Amino acid sequence: MTNENARTSSHFQINELLVFEEGSPGRRAFDLPALDIPAIPVTEIVSPGLLRDDVAGMPELGEVDVVRHFTRLSTWNYHIDLGLYPLGSCTMKYNPKINELVARLDGFSMAHPYMPAELTQGALEVQKMLETCLAEISGMDAVTLQPAAGAHGELTGILMIRAYHESKGRSRRIVLIPDSAHGTNPASVTISGYEVQNIPSTPGGTVDIDRLRAIVNDDVAAIMVTNPNTLGIFESDIAEVCEIMHSRGALVYMDGANLNAMMGITRPGDFGIDVLHINLHKTFTTPHGGGGPGSGPVAVKKILEPFLPIPVVSLKSGGSYVFDHDRPQTIGRMKAFNGQFGMHVRALCYILANGPDGLKEVSEMAVLNANYIRAKLSDAYELPYDAPTLHEVVFSDKLQAHFGVHVGDIGKRLMDYGFHPPTVSFPLIVPGAIMIEPTETESRQELDAFIKAMLAIAKEAESNPELVKTAPHTTRISRVNEAAAARRPILRWTPELGESLS
Amino acid sequence: MLEAIGIESVEHLFAGIPEPLRLRRLLDIPRALTEPELMRFFRGAAARNATDYASFLGAGVYRHHIPVIIDALISRSEFYTAYTPYQAEIAQGTLQAIFEFQTYMTQLTGLDVANASLYDGSTGLGEAVLMAHRITKRSRFLIAKSVHPEYRTVIVTYARNLGIEIQLIDYTENGQVDIAAVGKAMDHTIAAVVVQSPNFFGTIEDNSEIAAIAHRSGALSIVNVCEAMSLGILKPPQGADIISGEGQSLGVPMSFGGPHVGFLATREEFVRQLPGRLVGMGEDQHGRRAFVLTLSTREQHIRREKATSNICTNQSLCALICAIYLATVGPKGLRETAEQNIQKTHYAVQQIRARTRHSILFSGPRFNEFVVQMKDDYASRAQRFMRNRIIPGLHIAKFYPELGNSLLVCVTETTSRDQIDAFVKGLE
Repeated sequence: MTNENARTSSHFQINELLVFEEGSPGRRAFDLPALDIPAIPVTEIVSPGLLRDDVAGMPELGEVDVVRHFTRLSTWNYHIDLGLYPLGSCTMKYNPKINELVARLDGFSMAHPYMPAELTQGALEVQKMLETCLAEISGMDAVTLQPAAGAHGELTGILMIRAYHESKGRSRRIVLIPDSAHGTNPASVTISGYEVQNIPSTPGGTVDIDRLRAIVNDDVAAIMVTNPNTLGIFESDIAEVCEIMHSRGALVYMDGANLNAMMGITRPGDFGIDVLHINLHKTFTTPHGGGGPGSGPVAVKKILEPFLPIPVVSLKSGGSYVFDHDRPQTIGRMKAFNGQFGMHVRALCYILANGPDGLKEVSEMAVLNANYIRAKLSDAYELPYDAPTLHEVVFSDKLQAHFGVHVGDIGKRLMDYGFHPPTVSFPLIVPGAIMIEPTETESRQELDAFIKAMLAIAKEAESNPELVKTAPHTTRISRVNEAAAARRPILRWTPELGESLS
Repeated sequence: MLEAIGIESVEHLFAGIPEPLRLRRLLDIPRALTEPELMRFFRGAAARNATDYASFLGAGVYRHHIPVIIDALISRSEFYTAYTPYQAEIAQGTLQAIFEFQTYMTQLTGLDVANASLYDGSTGLGEAVLMAHRITKRSRFLIAKSVHPEYRTVIVTYARNLGIEIQLIDYTENGQVDIAAVGKAMDHTIAAVVVQSPNFFGTIEDNSEIAAIAHRSGALSIVNVCEAMSLGILKPPQGADIISGEGQSLGVPMSFGGPHVGFLATREEFVRQLPGRLVGMGEDQHGRRAFVLTLSTREQHIRREKATSNICTNQSLCALICAIYLATVGPKGLRETAEQNIQKTHYAVQQIRARTRHSILFSGPRFNEFVVQMKDDYASRAQRFMRNRIIPGLHIAKFYPELGNSLLVCVTETTSRDQIDAFVKGLE
């Protein structure tokens, strides 16, 4: 099943039940200090009718049981510290360890958000400094750190656009979205109460300027662009896109998912963007955490500043920082408190560790690595758009589909070679898309190993398609029957379920 | 590498970016710092946040003991440097842990299903409101004034452009929702009644009657639980169709307000209207138990503008924290911890009543928070508290001007008797 190209080898993994199937009565991993006040029966404080019995179904475990349970589970994961994670659009780069250390300092991790400002100057300073750095990197005027993730940032940005138009007495309805956009874009527009109008890309994979000019009217509130777009192509007409929108009083939102391609090279604010979100968990190395927490700061031009969510971190004349809540035109709050602060600390640490030269080099190396992969794989995999690409490259499975091997299969087979699959089947405008983003943190050796694996899989697709179509063969489990799981969803463990399985 | 690509310099890679758009200077950000410099900088900044105060702050973020093993386990890079578990074959660790989190949340809430977590309690409650809007196809909501004020502001932000109307329901002298007012405001246009328990004042609500009123008119009952620790000893809100809450109390650091973790639980029949990710149990090709993200046809990457929500991510690592916390404390440890919160809070209330002239507002049952209405000027007292290194709670006049000079005070299992006594002395 495996072959000499694979860098995987077998190693034992320990099977592990669900935590609810483990433990035994009386096991404990935790002791509470004795109560230091006179105890009275709790039923004399709160009426017995409001109290519950011990939570049913919760297991009782010793400390080593808990540690082993979660350690065993952890060994079933692929992760960035193990190897290349070439998910296009997700920017899976190495997460420096110092980020974790500084975010865990007591002064940060134990700070309560309602502490008086004079007792949290350090936290506020970190937030202000990060805002200032992000504004400079993106070429914008002001930043809010409040949004909890990229999609939350999108919603924040669109709500600000809406508030802006309303402040001008305009009731516009439509937001334009290119067909190559992330799925969160149209979803964010809908919950902002706007309507989505899709605009098709040109054969070159960019926004169709003539089409755009014809579509934009006084009912259009904004366009949401991604630049570089999800094909990795820089929208060379972006300045003109902005001009067309602005000439009709509409604004330009940029999905900043791909900022990793342009730090210190070009700035969204300089090419006319009015508002963008930034994914700290992509470009700025806050860890993905197995799917969050993320963090999605939003950067805006002056015209949108009055609409920023509250609170805004501001510097008082005496040189101290405060949360400013007195913002009459604000869109309100996107979230309680002020954002995923722990992520702000990590992102600032990354920016300070790199400095202006370092960040530029990050983008250069990210683009170099992606183009190296592009050059090395473009004979074996079809390149649907041949425009120059930046930090990521999108191939298709067209050549392999001829043998019945599809993008999903290629991704699964990569696991046997010891790699995480790239993003598959996105962007939607490329049938069988294989979207590869290596990021700057990968060495040439790691890239070469990946390239070798991809080339070997292309050969296997011809010589032994069945091997690829049934992959992976070396993972802990084989492919999951997703349709069956969705048909009769089992979303929690229950004692009855335990009985039916045993 | 340049040769393989067929270019002479890295500069050529950026040829697709028009020259006028290129930045021809270095970014104006601080120069790069080395590791020792970074540590000095961040230690300095962290030191400008106070850590040596006795704090009586709660109001949605709670100081509970965090077992040491949590950080050891979540610091495994297998967990924290992995991506969303879209590729189930190599993400079973994350998937099973989230499935366990979902199960724990159903056990705590007494409902049938819980999702893989949301950004936090406040956005979770916003999502719960949108969910009820979709289920009932109605647009009017009755929301208790005793729901966390910042959560209410989030709901307003989320709902403003969707034609959703909000009517606030007052609280009574015992601190609980005015049930008569709910009955009076209820009709067949109401989508849901939203309450919080324990509410913002720390008072425990009895939701059964509220839910019954809602159900008679075809409306839903939504209950927000900011203090998840309470579910270790209090009955979960009775009759609720959706329980939304904040899981920070279950092992997540306060971290100046985030990252925390929202949970959202509901009845089986509404599962397809749940926002956010869900992990399901299934089988692989060989019939082995396997976990996988499921019911994704609700989600934005498939449904785009018709999705149940724009949410893409959850708070996986924080959900993992909650699962580890609950596994560590177990049902006994959870209950004992929760009970100490009740005991110590009760002690503080008794002491203030016995030894000061201030009023404890609201007579309803409490978990670990209460409101003290002060009889004198707060500012000078506040200064004295600060000198004695005590943060005496949250002054809530900005949220509830009608309560005058009032402090929302939180006492947890981590608050020592000495701290409570010093606090009470400060109120004398």
